[in-house]
Order: sequence, then C-alpha cells, then structure tokens
Amino acid sequence: MTQTIPTPQRPWQPSKTDRFETLGVLVASFVLAGLTVEFTGLNGKLGFVVSLFFSLLILNYGFYFQKQGKAAAKDSLLQVFTVMAIVLTLIPIVSIIATVVSKGYKGLHWGLLTKDMALASVNDPIVAGGLGHALAGTILMVGGALIISFPIGVLTALYLTEIRGPLTRPIRFLVQAMSGVPSIVAGLFILSSLIYPVTKALSGMMGSLALTILMIPTIARTAEEMLRLIPNELREAGVALGGTQWRTVAGVILPAAKSGLVTAIILGVARIIGETAPLLLVTGGGDALNLNPTEGAMGSLPYYIWKSFLTGGTPEAFARAWAGMLVLLSFIFILFGLARYLSGRKVG
Amino acid sequence: MAERVPTAQALARQVRFHLSFTLSSLTVSLRVANPSHYLPMSVELSERPAPPAPREITTQPRRSDQIFRIIVTIGGMASLVILGLIALFLSIKGLHILTEEKLGFITGSAWEVITDDTGTIAESKFGIGAMLVGTFLSAMIAILVGVPISVLSALYLTFYANGRVKKFLISVIDLMAAFPSLLFGFWGFFVFMSSAEYWAKLINKYLGFIPFFDVPTPIFERSPFIAGLVLAIMIIPIVTSISREIFDQTPLDRIQAAYALGATRLAMIKAVVIPFGRGGIIGGAMLGLGRAMGETVAVYTVLNVVYQINWQILFGAGGNVASLILLKFGEAGPYEVDALMAAGLILFLLTLIVNAVADLLINRFGGKGR
Repeated sequence: MTQTIPTPQRPWQPSKTDRFETLGVLVASFVLAGLTVEFTGLNGKLGFVVSLFFSLLILNYGFYFQKQGKAAAKDSLLQVFTVMAIVLTLIPIVSIIATVVSKGYKGLHWGLLTKDMALASVNDPIVAGGLGHALAGTILMVGGALIISFPIGVLTALYLTEIRGPLTRPIRFLVQAMSGVPSIVAGLFILSSLIYPVTKALSGMMGSLALTILMIPTIARTAEEMLRLIPNELREAGVALGGTQWRTVAGVILPAAKSGLVTAIILGVARIIGETAPLLLVTGGGDALNLNPTEGAMGSLPYYIWKSFLTGGTPEAFARAWAGMLVLLSFIFILFGLARYLSGRKVG
Repeated sequence: MAERVPTAQALARQVRFHLSFTLSSLTVSLRVANPSHYLPMSVELSERPAPPAPREITTQPRRSDQIFRIIVTIGGMASLVILGLIALFLSIKGLHILTEEKLGFITGSAWEVITDDTGTIAESKFGIGAMLVGTFLSAMIAILVGVPISVLSALYLTFYANGRVKKFLISVIDLMAAFPSLLFGFWGFFVFMSSAEYWAKLINKYLGFIPFFDVPTPIFERSPFIAGLVLAIMIIPIVTSISREIFDQTPLDRIQAAYALGATRLAMIKAVVIPFGRGGIIGGAMLGLGRAMGETVAVYTVLNVVYQINWQILFGAGGNVASLILLKFGEAGPYEVDALMAAGLILFLLTLIVNAVADLLINRFGGKGR
C-alpha cells in the first residue's frame, strides 16, 4: 500500500497563471496608453500617466469582470487605486533625493566641511569657502537643545508610563499639541520672552532654546512608546525584589529601554536639524566660525542654505546651497539609519 | 582553643581528601570544610533577644520615591508650562495690537505702517484676513489632495504589500516624514513648480468656468494651488503613517469573519476597516491640517504673498500667516514686530484648536467599530 504525500501548496498566494494574467493586463494597459498618446490629443508625460491610469482601470475591470464577475472587478479597481497612490507618494521622494544629489555634488570640494564664509561671498568660486561655520553652529545648537530637552522629554515619558497620575491624559494631549506648534511661533516666543526683555542680542543659545521647544514633544512621544514596550514583568520583578519605584526605574527600566531612548534622541535630532524658520529669527546667522553660543551671531546649515539661495543668484550660489542641502540630507539619512538599526534590535 | 582553627592549607587538604575518596560525599566534605563549624561558639544564649519590632506596613511611598515622583511630575508639567508661557509672552507683546485693531485684525487685509519724517509712526493698519484666507485655502488643497492619497497608500501598505517590500516602503515613508521643510520648499520651487504650473494651466483651460479656477491675468507661478500641492506632499507621509497604524489595529477576527463570509478585499475594507478607522483617519487629516497651516519656509519659497483676499487658487497671489511673519520680520520696527507677535498668537491658537480636535477625534473614535 503506497501512501501519497501531497506536496504543500499555498492556495492563498497568486498562482503562475494569476501572475501571468496580471502581467498581461499591465502590458496591455501600457500599450493602450501608448496608443492613446500617439493617436489622440493627449500628449507628454502627464498625458501618458493619465491615460495609463484610465487604461489600467478599464482593462482591469473588463478582464476580471469576464473572469470572475462584478465583485472581483470592483476589487481589482481598489488595487489599481492603492498602487497608484503609493507610486504617487514615492515619486516626490525619489525626485527630491535625485535633485539634491545631482545638483549638490557640484558644490562638493575638499574644504567644504572645514572652511567658513568669513572671507567669501556666496557668489565667489565654490572652493573659496565652505560650510564649516554652519556645521559647527548646527552641532552646537542641536547639542544644546538636546541637553535641555532630553531630560524633560524622558521625565514626561516617565510620568506618562510609570507614574500615571491624574494628569496623564491632559499631559499626553499637551505633548501632542506641542508637537503641532508652528516652528515660527517657537522663534517668536524666544524673541518675546528672552531676546527683547533680557539679552537684547541674537545668539546661538537662543536658537538652541527655540529648537528645544520643537524637540521636547518628539523625544517625549518616542520615549513613551519605547517605555511602553518594556514588559510589565520587569517592573514587577524590580518591585518584588524590594526595590522602590525609583530604584526600579533607575536600575531596571531605563537600562532596559536604553536603545529606545537613543532612538528617541536620534529622531528628535532628525526633527530639528533642518528646522529653519526659528533660526532665521533668533540666531543672526553669522558667516564666520563662532564657537561661543552665548555671544554673537551663529551660523547653521539651514541658515547657510537659505542665505545662499536668496542672496545669491549665480550658479556658484546655487551649487553652494544644494551642497549644503546634500550635507543636511546625508545627516538625516545617517540619523535615520541609526534609529532604524537601534529600534530593530530587541528591547531589553 | 586557637589551634583548633585550621589553616587554609589544612582546609584545602581536607577537601581534596574527601573529594578523592568519593564523589557522593562531596556535599558532606564541603560542609566539613566550612570554617564556621570549627569556630567556637562564643555567644551564650543566656537570654533570648527581644524579637524585632514588626515592620510597619504602609502604602505610603518611601522618601526617595516621594522625591522621585515630585521630580517626574515637575518634568511632566514642562509641556503645560511651555505652552502657557508661549501664550503668555505672545499676548504680552501682541495684545495691545489686538485691542487696537479689534476684529479688524482678523477680517482686514491691510498691512501698512506709515511713518512721518522723524520716523515716528503716524498711522498703522494691521489685518491678517487675507493671510488667514490664504492659509485656509492652501491647507484645504493640501488636505483634499493629500489625504485620499495617504489613505490609499496606507491601505496598500497594510493589506496588499507584504514582506520585504512592505518594510522597505514603510521606512522610506517614515524617512520622508523627517525631511526638513526647507528641502520641500526649494525642491518645490526649482523642480516641482514647472510641472505644477503646466497642470494649473490645463485646469484653467478646461475648468476655467468654475470661479475657483478662473484667473484675472494669466499668472500661474507661485499660486496657492502650487503651495497647496507642496504642502500635500509634505503631509502625505504623516497622514499615511497615522492611517497605517490605525488600520493595523483592525481586529483580525473581524477581517477573517468578513473573508469567511465570502467578501472580496474591497468589500472587507468597506465593511470592516473603514468603519473601524474612520475617526483615526479624520484625526490624522486634522494633524496634517495643523502642520500645513503652521508651515513657514516651504510656503514662503513657493507662494507669492500678496495682501489681498484671493479665492482664485490658480492665480499667483496668496497668503499665509507664517510666511507673513517671516517676510515682514526682516524690515519690521518694534511696533510692527508687536503686530507680528499678535499674528503669531492667532496662528498658535488656531493650530492648538486644530490639534485639540484631532486629538479628540483620534481618542474618541479611533479604534472603534460599529
């Protein structure tokens, strides 16, 4: 007596015929769109995309209608819509990255990260100056903002996850509301509360403080989510060993959430590193290297890009600005990659 | 007595001896090697010590915990304090402008400061009506274009994409959410504007009979339409990730129940996912609206700010409160700065209201079915 063992199948996945049919419809739509552009009034890239969209809709509907009936045909339309939407979402990203890379590489040179613009104007040849001052300023300001906002953000997150007092809901709402504060309002606030009444001068520290307002909600919300991921057993174990709440948080929960907190820092930095509007109001944006945040105008990457675009006009100025954008974008890429890597690891 | 305490070598010898004899006596030999067995009992238990006082059992946190809780609560209050301070200081600077201009500050659309020869202000008129209309227009365009695309993208990410493609797309969209607005602004100006202008001309040509799409003179550059599209591109990643998170929470049993009843994917989404996530989607759209209304730099670069209420979205003249602040700040005297602070206060309150409504919707209706 022989026993036949059926080979495992995957009926939920599209079979070969299904894939062939999908591909067929796709190719047919492209051909139809091409023909429409060729023989009717529609022309150009936009015409092609529009006619491709409609021919995809029509052909999909027709094909699945004759194959499986009306319900399946309607279902296929939704698929066309969603795929179209995701393509539309991705086009700007690809276009932005391609633009920055293709225009920014012209402005790269060896002194870019070390020289400053003290002796060069934006219209001078590219090798005459660099964005060292802007880089130093951005690092100082973001670092300053981080020093203030990290403790506040983590304390807020601890209040929301560990203490869970009567104010949990209002505070969660306020953090949410704070993340929606327009960046220019943060700049105006620093102007009205500190610069006009107290210091009467623009400086890097004021930029830091304005960025802090924008950074706290990002850090608080990310840290809250990370602390929620810590299993409750760890808290119970800490308390069961006789630890007070403070010892449990400091000795068990925060170490377990370490990589999550680093992720929070990174996302916070990524949020503010390209922030422009408040820096235009409160930092003064100097052209020379200035390492003293409490005194004098301080440059920053966004300010440098802004100035190069708006006061220049020559190809050199644009090359400078796009190179600055490339540096900024690569910072964001690096930070984001780090955050992905850290949050992809296991918690605890 | 002292010589009965063995030296370390003696102990070690003993242990080795026992170990070499038999393995089963290992525990015994270790116990023998324990020095306390050789030590004399020096304490005579002549009288029992009093039992320790029973520990007081209380739910009161310890001193250290009390301090900890106070510190954390103070830290948690920071957001409240900062938001309060923002409102306070902007009011201190801007309130006198609001009381002078009264309702005209919101409805008027003039922004003039006339100074006489000595430099003192002779006459001033501030109104941000045109800017509010412009802010509303471009934000609405952003929502109308951005939200459907975001929701469909989120549906694709949740129910169509799987495996590596899904992970990759999600991280790309999250990355886009972290792009600075400066980048969107200049990309919009240098790359996107020419295409969008062409689309605007097409819309005007074929739909120009609708008053919205009419233009007084054929200037299509830097219009609210283009600003709205750039804002749409900026809010798509945010709204997509919020909607995706909501869709992910759809109860699996309901999805499977719909499939088991023979629903296609469209029918399942219509019957289960959309009713479940409706509130969340609306809340996400409101968050996007808040972001679009407060956006400064991107709008400043792609919009031609004009002090005139303009409802024709394709015409190259519009307004935006945040851009107005940036535009006027460079040349503003102290008195005009106060007016800008007042404009900032209005913008702050507007975004606060929008965010509050969004939060309410997400919490009230998010994650509920019918």
